[in-house]
Amino acid sequence: MLESIGASSVAELFEQIPAELHMHGRLNLPDPMSEIELRRHFAELASANCPHPSFLGAGIYDHYIPSTVPAMIGRSEFYTSYTPYQPEISQGTLQSIFEFQTLICELTAMEVANASLYDGATALAEAALMASSVTGRTEWLVSECVNPAYRETLRTYAWASGHRLVEAGRDGIVTDFARLAEKISDNAACVIVQNPNFFGTIEDMAAAEKLAHANGALFVVSFDPISLGLLKPPGEYDADIAVAEGQSLGIPMSFGGPGLGLFACKQKYVRQMPGRIVGATTDTDGKRGYVLTLQTREQHIRREKATSNICTNQGLCALAATVYLCTLGKHGLRKVAELCVARSHHLAEIIPGVPGYEVPFKARFFKEFVIKCPKAVAEINAAVLEQDVIGGLDLERFYPDLRDHALLCVTEQRTDEDMDALVLGLAEAVRQ
Amino acid sequence: MSVDKTIFEYSSPGRTGTTLPEPDVPTRPVEEYLGGENLRDDLPLPELSQVDVIRHFTRLSCANYSVDVGFYPLGSCTMKYNPKINEEVASLPGFAGLHPYADESLAQGTLKALYDAQEFIKEITGLDAVTLQPAAGAQGEFTAMMIFKRHHERTGQSRRHIVIVPDSSHGTNPATAARCGYGIVKVPSGPDGLVDLDALRGQLNDETAAVMLTNPNTLGLFEARIEEISAAVHEAGALLYCDGANMNAVMGWYRPGDNGFDAMHLNLHKTFSTPHGGGGPGSGPVAVKEYLEPYLPAPNVACQVGRYYLDYDRPNSIGRVHGFYGNVAIVLRAYAYILSLGADGLKAVSENAVLNANYLLSKVKGAYDVPYDGRCMHEFVASASKQKDLGVKALDIAKRLIDFGFHPPTIYFPLIVPEALMIEPTETESIETLDAFADALLAIAREAETDPGIIHAAPHDTPVKRLDEAEAARHPVLRYE
Repeated sequence: MLESIGASSVAELFEQIPAELHMHGRLNLPDPMSEIELRRHFAELASANCPHPSFLGAGIYDHYIPSTVPAMIGRSEFYTSYTPYQPEISQGTLQSIFEFQTLICELTAMEVANASLYDGATALAEAALMASSVTGRTEWLVSECVNPAYRETLRTYAWASGHRLVEAGRDGIVTDFARLAEKISDNAACVIVQNPNFFGTIEDMAAAEKLAHANGALFVVSFDPISLGLLKPPGEYDADIAVAEGQSLGIPMSFGGPGLGLFACKQKYVRQMPGRIVGATTDTDGKRGYVLTLQTREQHIRREKATSNICTNQGLCALAATVYLCTLGKHGLRKVAELCVARSHHLAEIIPGVPGYEVPFKARFFKEFVIKCPKAVAEINAAVLEQDVIGGLDLERFYPDLRDHALLCVTEQRTDEDMDALVLGLAEAVRQ
Repeated sequence: MSVDKTIFEYSSPGRTGTTLPEPDVPTRPVEEYLGGENLRDDLPLPELSQVDVIRHFTRLSCANYSVDVGFYPLGSCTMKYNPKINEEVASLPGFAGLHPYADESLAQGTLKALYDAQEFIKEITGLDAVTLQPAAGAQGEFTAMMIFKRHHERTGQSRRHIVIVPDSSHGTNPATAARCGYGIVKVPSGPDGLVDLDALRGQLNDETAAVMLTNPNTLGLFEARIEEISAAVHEAGALLYCDGANMNAVMGWYRPGDNGFDAMHLNLHKTFSTPHGGGGPGSGPVAVKEYLEPYLPAPNVACQVGRYYLDYDRPNSIGRVHGFYGNVAIVLRAYAYILSLGADGLKAVSENAVLNANYLLSKVKGAYDVPYDGRCMHEFVASASKQKDLGVKALDIAKRLIDFGFHPPTIYFPLIVPEALMIEPTETESIETLDAFADALLAIAREAETDPGIIHAAPHDTPVKRLDEAEAARHPVLRYE
């Protein structure tokens, strides 16, 4: 090979790098591991984690992943391909994205969806940026009942891009839209509401819609895709942009990533939508096929004038969601949602029977609800952990007024035994 | 394989693809729990049997070209082979089943892996601190630009509102800087394909926030005057950013942090072999110099006396850029890759990547124009301008390569080369594969002279022929109805 190149050594090829810029010495990294050693090392690390059954939710959920999902996303024809720049040899990826977009539209009752974004938090930030480019306004009004980590992400994006984030409107664990309305101005690009909200509470989306549209702002909704097995979808309450974390749709929790940013909007805003979009067309023989489309919105064509800097989608995770929604379908998704409702409400009915605990807020919820504990949540959770289950999220870290309050999540994965263990742990914690 | 139907056309009332348990707790109608006014009337998802789902998506997979099927020399994308062991270990239930809000004491395995990955990235880049939060390269760039912006705010330099990018840069660079509110100024490349230093000097002033450079650049050339560039940038009080998309060329040879770069991102799905997944998930960690460390996103993974934890106590941080801690499962794969190669292995990766690219260049440079002749790093940019004179464009050559069983190179990028064919073979390809690909390119060059019709009609044996992209954009059909 060197002869063909006309070089005497590989080192000679690196003479393009001036000698004084060469790295001194050798990278200080561990000695290489064989496959056997690597497997052993990872097995040790994995066993240093403790993924007990948990009652944690708050944006990442332990929903059942049907066997079809790993079987399909494990096909290397999917996972070792890249962005479908050459459509003739990428119809697998392109058609599955087209089907993904369709499924997200069906789920949300929205008119168009993109090929996905990074995660729920960044999808929400992109929605806010898009609302500003549609309205020409610079304020983002967000309910304080929206996931705090999402609001932190919104804060980062708002500061960087010169927008103003206004956070308001929380009354306990629900949005008070009259209070939120006090903060709206004629410079509001969007009103952002999450449903069910961070506390699991079902919000008054009609009031939210009215507040946004009466003030000329876009109505941006962050939703839980599993809840849409039962709940009214964003398109039915006139959302302009609907976004979500799609991890629940067949993607492992994996300590929070990769997730899947779902993004859907009204047809009239499609040319301001960020991210990849796949469209149907025909080939030279008139046969149906799929391509990346509306690319004049994108960075590789428009550069600094692009709608977003986003290059790729969250491809394989979108495929997982596609296979998930197809496998469960109309009946399966409804049933998963029903199981979440039945089991979470069952637990919410039991907990007030444990001395010292209450469910202090009366609100309709989907699969998450707030409990009040007789002492610090950290202490409670330590006792719960002794029963080999993981308790709820300590809300004080995000809402200082909710001291001794925990957010519990119950999915279809939580068994009677898990709930018994939790209740036992809660009771033990009081005794200690 | 051709797939004629969409999944929706298989739907038939009553079918479902999995079984679920009955609720074994006492339960009432959902209306009572959720309120009838909050319920949807209809859920218009398809109704499918499991076998229909599996056959449909298996057939779709067969309509895809992939690295596991063949050579994929997509320039700038580093489509190297993805070792299977990385998939296996990163998917262990101990990692996959871990909730992000699990107490740190329950997550020590993952946290250690993340911490070590940060340390490895520091060592490989020569920089001092790392965040793993950015979910992709473009978000890494965005994170770094925000870090620069915060630094300028904190040091009374908010007047710096311009970012300079070379005309050969990735489109994400100007798009990213623009979303941070920066104005964009383009600096031309000189006749040698490198940044025109005098032009750059002429554009630098006290309004310049940063210069974004890819090194090696998108022409596959090393920016050899990087020390002078760095001196000029820093003299003007601006910061120097390295787009790390091409790090695969220089591991163990060159560390951007040693030569004046203030920050860079890495694409774990390029350099560190995590699979591209049909367009993601990627991962775009950012490494910075010590003085920028306070601005990194919160939380970051830290370690104190053998205990790993998430450090939220970062008062000067730009904040969060991700809902949790980034694409953790992707970082685990990259971590496995680095562990399996070690220092010498990573250096050998870059050496073989550069050797393969130069070998391929030597094979095809007679038949195709190579505007920036001489040695290349891990990739090179040829031009089909000669062939265009015969009526055969870069796009046509790309489509004809499909007939030969190869994925085409990146075409029409970088923008400064007409009819660009950007070829990156990567280190994981054998000489036999490179020869076969070179032979195909040479055969196509001959066809351009003798039988251009066959090139124009390409590809011939794909599930679909060339698709009408203009029609797709004019009358968008974005969902099945």
